[in-house]
Amino acid sequence: MLFETIVNSLSFGSLYALVALAMVIIYKTSEVPNFGQGEMAMLSTFVAFSLLATYKYSFVVSFVGALLFAAALGVFLEFTFLRRAKDPNILSLILITLGFEMILYGVASWKWGADQQLFPFPISDQDTFNLGPAVLSYLNLATVLITLLLMLMLFLFFRYTKVGIAMKATQQNAMAARINGIRTNRILSITWALSSMIGAVAGMLLAPIATLDPNLMLDPLLKGFSSAVLGGMTSLVGAALGGYILSIIENLFGKYVSLEFKSIVAFGIIVLVLCFKPSGLFARHYVRKV
Amino acid sequence: MSTLLEIKNIETFYTLIYALRGVSLSVEEGTITAILGNNGAGKSTILKTVMGLLDDQPDKGTIEFLGKRIDRKDPEVIVRMGLSYVPEGREVFDELSARENLLMGAYIRRDRAGIRRDFDRIYGYFPVLKERENQWAGTLSGGEQQMLSIGRALMNQPKLLFLDEPSLGLSPILVKEIFNIIQTINREGVAILLVEQNARMALAISHVGLILESGRFVMKGPSKELMKDKDVQEFYMGIRSEESAKGYQRWKRKKRWR
Repeated sequence: MLFETIVNSLSFGSLYALVALAMVIIYKTSEVPNFGQGEMAMLSTFVAFSLLATYKYSFVVSFVGALLFAAALGVFLEFTFLRRAKDPNILSLILITLGFEMILYGVASWKWGADQQLFPFPISDQDTFNLGPAVLSYLNLATVLITLLLMLMLFLFFRYTKVGIAMKATQQNAMAARINGIRTNRILSITWALSSMIGAVAGMLLAPIATLDPNLMLDPLLKGFSSAVLGGMTSLVGAALGGYILSIIENLFGKYVSLEFKSIVAFGIIVLVLCFKPSGLFARHYVRKV
Repeated sequence: MSTLLEIKNIETFYTLIYALRGVSLSVEEGTITAILGNNGAGKSTILKTVMGLLDDQPDKGTIEFLGKRIDRKDPEVIVRMGLSYVPEGREVFDELSARENLLMGAYIRRDRAGIRRDFDRIYGYFPVLKERENQWAGTLSGGEQQMLSIGRALMNQPKLLFLDEPSLGLSPILVKEIFNIIQTINREGVAILLVEQNARMALAISHVGLILESGRFVMKGPSKELMKDKDVQEFYMGIRSEESAKGYQRWKRKKRWR
């Protein structure tokens, strides 16, 4: 019973983890929680949908096309709006990201309408297999595997590539990064592209389970944000684990306590974390000696 | 000998504060030039202005490096021309390993073999960095961080190296060690512009010394001569001057450079 619940939490946990990762990556460089993340992912998913359903491209082409669109969208938003902000403070930056959210939501509603679309995905969520007592669909399995693969790639990227290390360096000390010749503006663009692409993957994995409409990412965004807060906004590992933990807690709560109040668990967790460990569970942050 | 860096009459503002009031300076190839001065005289401001770290500064004046204008250019561009900067207070990347910090110093380079050679060279100067290779830079001691910061700047193969207060907060023994290595680096062909409060050490290793006060140079000369100068001795090296006729030590000679 317990095992079943936990296994079933994994695929949604993966989606939360992806959204949380996307937010944390931006938070670490731009120091702003990007509330437009969900709509950026939603719009990219719609682009994939259009490529698939309207223009009849193959799934791989559409998937890659949507990722490229996501990257371009991230770079565009950062370059045209955030970078223009003069003397930005956190509040005004958050407002800008809320602006993204509304604009993108409007664009999607205008272009694709509020109708619910069916997102054709090559892996079915109807075909199932048994894992011990738990029943999983192949789509669940694919979600978990793709997420883990993506996390592994991110880990390798931040650990071993020059650009990845330069991204961390820029996050830690932008001035020092500049005097070493790192073009911090370019790093910022790459950050937004990367984050937007991760979000888009989450959107495309969610769309076949849910139905595709402009509200697609509303809930996952909030859950992803909660996961990021839970794990620590500054820790990639924390954000990923936070996603799974949140999903597991949520499902256990739904199973054993109350199904109706399941959706408030995330908010309860935000409040609890902010009360007892504001830096998050896994934030292993080096505190600079004064 | 040719001139690497030529600063002509620069003026820098921090919004309304007039920090540099027309500063001219040139650095010759292969030399160590030292800028001395009190707190707030504007020593670091000179370096920051040249590195392009202050937006829209210098307000007036020109800066040439290797015969090309670099005033108001971005630091990313200036660094690529072969000018490295060791900022005051080290500014290492706290949550990167020592090795990754050095790697970031070589960010603009593509030659793998050369980078590997320079790793060895820097570990030769500072063997302790080799031991701490995989440790987060933020967990290193102040002296080790200073070494890391200098090493990081050298990874960029500079022709001219800016050092901002390398002795800050270090024990006298460490200061001596660092200054020895600065001299070694210089002998291997890197010109150095050094900003220091520790006048004795700075004049001991430099070829040319300049004294900055309230945003203006008030003195310039070969370091050996500056060391013998009475005013420099009293104001910057803490050597007492003559007793007054009344038989007690006056706090200060009246003369100030203003």
